[in-house]
Amino acid sequence: MEILLAIILGGLFGFVLERAQASDPDKIIGMLTLRDLHLMKAIFSAIGISSLLLFSGIALGLIEISHLSIKAMYPGVLLGGALLGLGWALAGFCPGTGIVAAGRGRKDAWFFLLGGLVGAWIFTLQFAFLEQTGIFEPWFGGKATLVDTGAKGTTALLEGKGMLVLALVLGLIMLVIAKLLPLRPGQKQEP
Amino acid sequence: MKEWTWFQAGLALAASFLLAVVLVKPIGVSTQFVIFDGMVARVVQPSLVEADASAKSGYTSSNPYLNKSGGKYAANIAKPLNYGFVFVLAMLGGGFLSRILRKEKSLKQIPDVHELRYGSKAWPRYLAAFIGGQIVLWGARLAGGCTSGHMMSGMMQTAVSGYLFAAAAFAVAVPTAFLVYKKKGDA
Repeated sequence: MEILLAIILGGLFGFVLERAQASDPDKIIGMLTLRDLHLMKAIFSAIGISSLLLFSGIALGLIEISHLSIKAMYPGVLLGGALLGLGWALAGFCPGTGIVAAGRGRKDAWFFLLGGLVGAWIFTLQFAFLEQTGIFEPWFGGKATLVDTGAKGTTALLEGKGMLVLALVLGLIMLVIAKLLPLRPGQKQEP
Repeated sequence: MKEWTWFQAGLALAASFLLAVVLVKPIGVSTQFVIFDGMVARVVQPSLVEADASAKSGYTSSNPYLNKSGGKYAANIAKPLNYGFVFVLAMLGGGFLSRILRKEKSLKQIPDVHELRYGSKAWPRYLAAFIGGQIVLWGARLAGGCTSGHMMSGMMQTAVSGYLFAAAAFAVAVPTAFLVYKKKGDA
């Protein structure tokens, strides 16, 4: 059953990323050089909509809380995020969109995946050393969220009543950002 | 073919991420690069991952990274038909399906931004993609996730790590993209 879900959900995600043009390096670089913010608007609206529905679902008891998974915060998140940003801008792919682009038949994406496998393996071999540097020491209590999700082992930075309202406000802020960002900065607006 | 608007794309992406959480767990991709590496490495060195009833996952590895969290990665390497790995394989299929349904005859292989500045030779583009891939996946593993897991799934759940990851990624990606791909003479 779980494998069937993996095929359906993975297939859907791959299809949607391709249709959103997220697997097109020209669109990614266009976003990162702030010429074409189609993808940035799509990303912000996606986070806003899914967050609104997720927290509404949690409040209504429709979401199995054990399905949530909060990633820990530690210094390596910042350094790793920065490096991902560097490679992302250079290649025009991130791991997910690289896979989709390869499936779409882009040869450069296969080179990206090959590089990714090399990078991931180098990290795997260096992990024991990196662990001693303190780069994985938790910040903000590790698995921290702004709004309390109720997920096991997580810390909520903001506590008290009105958490659902706060979550909905955060979701709406994402949507407002998505709406306000110009599609093509520096050019006449298209509808 | 008429492309989706940003809002249509946002809705479809939101549906993908939400459905995944409702039915199974948040979407994540970059871990599977390690899993695939492990599968390949295990062919060369079968002792890398071994069954161990005393481990939480039922498997251990001589590599500390593959052995962490009770051998979770080791177990996935030993059993390739697991949710996370099949999910990523299905993403390849999803990209393929989308292209087939587009009915486009040709696919431009070299991105315009690359060609404008570096020409239409293939190997410089392949090299950039290969080196970029190394940096992206090394960074994603250090951060414990990538654009899917940290940025989208993380920020959806208001994870602090998600916001800070996204901030760090864009803070470096934007100036890098300007440096590497902005045409000379462009404003």
